[in-house]
Amino acid sequence: MTDSFFTTRRTSFVAGMRDTIPMVVGATPFGIIFGAFAVTEAGLSFWGAMGFSLFVFAGSAQFIGATLLAQGTGIGVIVLTTFIVNVRHALYGASLAPYMKHLTQRWLLPLGFWLTDETYATVVGNWSKSKEPQPNMEWYHFGSSILMYVNWNFWTLVGVLFGSRFENAAQWGLDFAMIVTFTGIVVPLLVNRPMVVCAVVAGVAGVAFNGLDNNLGLLVASVLAIAAGYLAEEYTRRNENNRLQSNTPITDAGGE
Amino acid sequence: MEELWLILGMTAVTFGVRYPSLALVGRMQLSDGVIRALRYVPVAVLTAIIVPYMLFRDEVFVISYTNSYLVAGIVAALVSWRSKNLLLTIGAGLVFFFAYRMLLGFIA
Repeated sequence: MTDSFFTTRRTSFVAGMRDTIPMVVGATPFGIIFGAFAVTEAGLSFWGAMGFSLFVFAGSAQFIGATLLAQGTGIGVIVLTTFIVNVRHALYGASLAPYMKHLTQRWLLPLGFWLTDETYATVVGNWSKSKEPQPNMEWYHFGSSILMYVNWNFWTLVGVLFGSRFENAAQWGLDFAMIVTFTGIVVPLLVNRPMVVCAVVAGVAGVAFNGLDNNLGLLVASVLAIAAGYLAEEYTRRNENNRLQSNTPITDAGGE
Repeated sequence: MEELWLILGMTAVTFGVRYPSLALVGRMQLSDGVIRALRYVPVAVLTAIIVPYMLFRDEVFVISYTNSYLVAGIVAALVSWRSKNLLLTIGAGLVFFFAYRMLLGFIA
């Protein structure tokens, strides 16, 4: 193995971390709030609260799980709800999978465990810059994952230990860092009409179904938007085929 | 003890959703249609996250100049559309967002 081989691995790893920085900033207040909420309202022990962040590692599912626990909901219902909240990750996995065919389980297991909205968005944003999959992209993915994981657990710990001092963390506006990053990733992807249709349906349906419990609105809106984009693409293609056919000279001129 | 079972259960279903599609789908022969549909996942999911996030403040639907998430979100989208530059979009969006909130603070 040559020097440059390691350099590119390290460069990819560092680039993955660097590109995840805004996401990490955005996740910070939620980590603190989760930690504080888990030990105060939800009544989890120190290791119970940390266990959520160390092993479950799923922001919105952890919040919903802790909230249900605070309300005295049974374990079975909480676990089922966690599943519903996280189902969208199956879409992420499926959308990444074609690019990850060559990876061994040694890679797929940890990258699967660490798959979050933020890392998914970062990885997709990186791919959309270049047509070809990059050589060390699993290192890029790994860099993004590990930074999200360490950051989430660090701020959970801060929240668990000192949560009461950060009562207004939700008001800081740091969460906008995540919103602005997702925006900067999505807008350049809107390169044709089907993509625009997909985005419009996602936005409208996301708002319309926002009232559904357990992130179900997000799931419904995502599925509708994927279907809308796909159908718009089919429609465009069919129209183009028709136009091609109608442009071919008609030798058998009849009628007129 | 109850905590342990809860964490085990939540970990199992979360990993059970994330890992299999990542590991298996790449090894399956997907139809052309499925592959094309999957290309819409990033735009679909990320848009369905950000649009309601910008429009709902404390679970109330707010279309107003006082909604800094909405105003700054639109500014960021415009910067992204004109520049196609992620870093510029993040920088400009965040600067605008915090400046705008300060401004709103002075008005209110």
